[in-house]
Amino acid sequence: MKVPLSWLREYADLPAVTAHEVADKLTAAGLKLEAITSHGHDVKNVVVGEVLEIEELTGFKKPIRHCRVDTAEAEPRMIVCGATNFVVGDRVPVVLPGGVLPGGFEVGARKTYGRMSEGMICSERELGLGEDHNGIMVLPAGTPLGADVVELLQLRDDVIELEITPDIGYALSIRGVAREAATAFGVAFRDPADVELPAATGPAWPASIADPTACDRFVLREATGFDPAAESPLWMRVRLTRAGMRPVSLAVDVTNYLMLELGQPLHAFDRAKLTGEIVVRRAAPGERLETLDHVVRELDPDDILITDQSGPLSLAGTMGGLQTEISADTTDIVVEAAHFSATGISRGSRRHGLVSESSKRFERGVDRELPLVASWKAVRMLAELGGATVQPGLTHTEIEVSPPRIAIPASHPGAVAGVPYTTETVVARLEQVGCVVTDGADPAVRRGGVDPTGVVTGGELAAKLAVTGDDMITVTPPSWRPDLTDPNDLAEEVIRLEGYENLPSVLPSAPAGAGLTEGQRLRRRVGRALAEGGYVEVLSYPFISSADFDRLLLPADDARRSAMRLANPLSEDEPLLRTTLLPGLLKTLVRNAGRGFTDVALFETGSVYRPREDAPEAAPVFGVERRPTEEELASIEAALPDQPLRVAVVLAGEFERSGWWGAGRAASWADAVQAARLVAGEARVELSISADQHEPWHPGRCAALYVGDTLVGHAGELHPRVIEAYGLPPRTAAMELELSRLESVMPGPVETPAVSAYPVATQDVALIVPDFTPVADVEAALRDGAGELLESIRLFDVYAGEQVGEGNKSLAYTMRFRASDRTLTVEETTAARDAAVAVAADRVGAQLRSS
Amino acid sequence: MSDYDPVEVTPLHADEVSRMEADAIAAIKAAGDLDALKQARLAHAGDRSPIALANREIGALPPAARAEAGKRVGSARRAINEALAARQAELEAERDARVLVEETVDVTLPWDRRPRGARHPLTTLQERIADAFVAMGYEVAEGPDLEGEWFNFDALNIAKDHPARSEHDTFFVGSTDSGMVLRTQTSPVQIRALLQRELPVYVISPGKTFRTDELDATHTPVFHQTEGLAIDEGLTMAHLKGTLDRFAEVMFGKGITTRFRPNYFPFTEPSAEMDLKCFVCRGASAVPGNPPCRTCKSEGWIEWGGCGMVNPRVLIACGVDPARYSGFAFGMGIERTLMFRHNAEDMRDMVEGDVRFTLPFGMEI
Repeated sequence: MKVPLSWLREYADLPAVTAHEVADKLTAAGLKLEAITSHGHDVKNVVVGEVLEIEELTGFKKPIRHCRVDTAEAEPRMIVCGATNFVVGDRVPVVLPGGVLPGGFEVGARKTYGRMSEGMICSERELGLGEDHNGIMVLPAGTPLGADVVELLQLRDDVIELEITPDIGYALSIRGVAREAATAFGVAFRDPADVELPAATGPAWPASIADPTACDRFVLREATGFDPAAESPLWMRVRLTRAGMRPVSLAVDVTNYLMLELGQPLHAFDRAKLTGEIVVRRAAPGERLETLDHVVRELDPDDILITDQSGPLSLAGTMGGLQTEISADTTDIVVEAAHFSATGISRGSRRHGLVSESSKRFERGVDRELPLVASWKAVRMLAELGGATVQPGLTHTEIEVSPPRIAIPASHPGAVAGVPYTTETVVARLEQVGCVVTDGADPAVRRGGVDPTGVVTGGELAAKLAVTGDDMITVTPPSWRPDLTDPNDLAEEVIRLEGYENLPSVLPSAPAGAGLTEGQRLRRRVGRALAEGGYVEVLSYPFISSADFDRLLLPADDARRSAMRLANPLSEDEPLLRTTLLPGLLKTLVRNAGRGFTDVALFETGSVYRPREDAPEAAPVFGVERRPTEEELASIEAALPDQPLRVAVVLAGEFERSGWWGAGRAASWADAVQAARLVAGEARVELSISADQHEPWHPGRCAALYVGDTLVGHAGELHPRVIEAYGLPPRTAAMELELSRLESVMPGPVETPAVSAYPVATQDVALIVPDFTPVADVEAALRDGAGELLESIRLFDVYAGEQVGEGNKSLAYTMRFRASDRTLTVEETTAARDAAVAVAADRVGAQLRSS
Repeated sequence: MSDYDPVEVTPLHADEVSRMEADAIAAIKAAGDLDALKQARLAHAGDRSPIALANREIGALPPAARAEAGKRVGSARRAINEALAARQAELEAERDARVLVEETVDVTLPWDRRPRGARHPLTTLQERIADAFVAMGYEVAEGPDLEGEWFNFDALNIAKDHPARSEHDTFFVGSTDSGMVLRTQTSPVQIRALLQRELPVYVISPGKTFRTDELDATHTPVFHQTEGLAIDEGLTMAHLKGTLDRFAEVMFGKGITTRFRPNYFPFTEPSAEMDLKCFVCRGASAVPGNPPCRTCKSEGWIEWGGCGMVNPRVLIACGVDPARYSGFAFGMGIERTLMFRHNAEDMRDMVEGDVRFTLPFGMEI
């Protein structure tokens, strides 16, 4: 809302303060300053002149005039001018040499088109008054010669632009802002809607409301004999322009001007184009309307229409129809002022993608008492400015509405604020808002809630919202505040007018909390461990495409292909929600590589979205007047997909860097598997690793990660075709693991190990096994066979070659033995080692390698 | 063979002992390294050295002469041993110094064989915020990204016709009437906390949120918020203000100036916006004539987040009696907080995953 300060001052007796001071007070009241635009403060030396003589210059591309202009100085000025819309004797604004026009544009005496020009004759745009630049501005004949144009035309003004929240539609008017400003400065407010209405004699154009849910008040007045050639006065055009609207024609400008001033949208019909009774109704199937913006709209049965016997005239409260538009020869005007359903207008406006100044106001709530006043002011202005005759008739049709009343304890605002307010303060503030306040709980207000007719809400909710006490007052909010329905709405009014800045700042003492959960701690540890391990965290978008599944080589029946789909994705290319973290990570890796970072290791922790089998297609939406039952809540959960938390890494290039020390080490499948061990280690869970063939991994370099019998993820090198499909560096490796599963199997606190003080006994063994034998199996066999004396086992060499035979490999282990209660004898450790080798021989056919 | 005269044993003559001592000390001093010193030790202090031989002769002297001769030889041997020890120390020091010099390396050589990674600043910022509230007794509550509409809108008193519920703002899952959306705010976690936890409830819930904005310098369709909720007996707006003042101080340091300004949110009543005084221009740019400020767009204040007293209608939808309980809620954008706190200018950097952006943030923020 753009508010010219001069307009505001007409209705609020503001002290001599700057626009910034006014804006600060309004901001503190909840009307937030967006911007202040100053007009005309820099303009000087612009005076009224009279054209004495015009010499038409020839030989130029366009007509040029050299004029002698009387500016009430000792001598007339000679001025060159490119406009031709004035004649000798016209009074015009002249900026003298040394003068300044808006924007700091200085004007001097200079030679142009071969003649001296001592200043400039100005257009409206040059004076900052509007967009009109079709010619210079011709002033009325009697304008005093030599008068200061800045004063004369009120060039100087400041426009305060305010952000108006959707609950306070009344503030989309000078009237509403002036009321707030007057309250903020504690000065008098003059209500522009406070006018004496004459008694009507008979009806105007006939009208009725066919749908009471669409409109509860509809008013028509008429002005006849309007002069279609009459122009809007300059002051009106200037105000409209500064408030952000374009002047159009007098009839339209009057409706816009009053909408800005009062907040009541008005519509003017050409009376000659109306046919029979006007009816407010919803659209019938198949109806169409061409609106003022020349768009033919297919109407929806929910659209609210103004119609006559010929069909739809306008989209109510949103935009008029082209058919009945005021035209250049309209002489008889029917002015409509109505109160439409806020949600009805909001829905229609959204349905047609049509937001107008009118719809903006209706959907935020317009004062239901304004139509009679605004329509009266409109026909009066058409008469005063356009020579029309005000017809005495009035059409007024309405649906009875009883105003809501709210009973609260006078102490309630203070109880919400945390600072006591006296009853006098509470009552005074509510009255400043426009409320009528009476003592006691009105018996008509059921349990102090909302009006019992159920205008706002049902009785059950009202009863739950009720606040009671022994100092009850009953508040009837004003007609322009349909947003005030609940006790806390009233509390907010009192608190905001008393000043949010005056609220005390008190830190509450919450009961002692339990800190982070084990799962939350685990997630932090995992992030930290991976980052310490060389991985950089990314947060990629969860939007993917089915092409990602193809690039990942997922089989047609792979569960990961079953993904939730967005109804309105940002890009039709990526309408699915991720079922794996890999696509986002891989694209981020490619982006980094493309920017020159080819040695890169990334990780991400985030949710994937896995639809549940047999899930209902929709989650029910329940009412809000009570807590849903457990069954109802469960029915929502049943429709939502599984959203487990996962962690994934991708890495390529060198994982350990080359340097002056020598060659580095390329990232490999082993790093990816190790990343999984690192994550599991943070959960104090041991992973069992086994070979697997699982897309998108390389079929020979893919590890399945298990906790017990539960598969928790995969790691390894990516399939070469996946690498090609994403344009990844060769041998890119990846790991993905379900963190939620690790969380669920995390063991309790660590059991402290017994630290034996007895010496260690070490034995090395080398075993020959078939080369397809997984090392993990060999180690597991050795551990099982060695028994409790085994302290640790470490594989220190893997060898394949002639000495161990074709198809075999040799695995060399160091086994460390220790007992908790004695020094082991050689016989004991040898026996343990032999037992270990025996189990390995039994399980995987391992043979002791003779050296 | 001449007559044996025990008195006349030449090696024990004073002159002779002095010469032996002088010879020995000269040889010790002349030893250039530890090996030479070892030779000198053998020659001048060893078992077969002249002074040792002279010492053996003392027993042959008449008793009256022994004391003096013993004294003389003992003094010489002490002097020789002292000289040996001194030279030994000297030569060892020289050797050590030489070896350590030889072992000198260039300690400025780089050793970044295994560079460290980093955590994303939006993650660590969420953790820091959570920590600030955990220290005040709050717990961290969680909820799903893909949420039921009832949780995301209805229970929060956002009516069916509210513009936020349109496809222009909200990602709908499946179809627009599936009742499922990507949560547009972390506020549905409030509802889950109130339904699941016992009162009083003090929770903070950072997390991902989604709106249908195209990615640009100041918008991203996937962003992060942190929600706070406190429901207890007797909580007031003063408590809300106190909590957020403390939060602002923890995040931005002492001396930060805050402002509460009336605003509108369906799920709070009364509602407020929490503004921070611009810490770049300190509000000066809002005064006409002063230079403009990019950080606050010359408004002097920066909008940090919305807050208010939880609308009793929300409490009712969660089965909480508003006659007994009241409380407050607030929500802040993590991206915006990162922008203010760390001068991050472009949200695209937070999204793209460029390692150059993330690495400097390290493990904690």
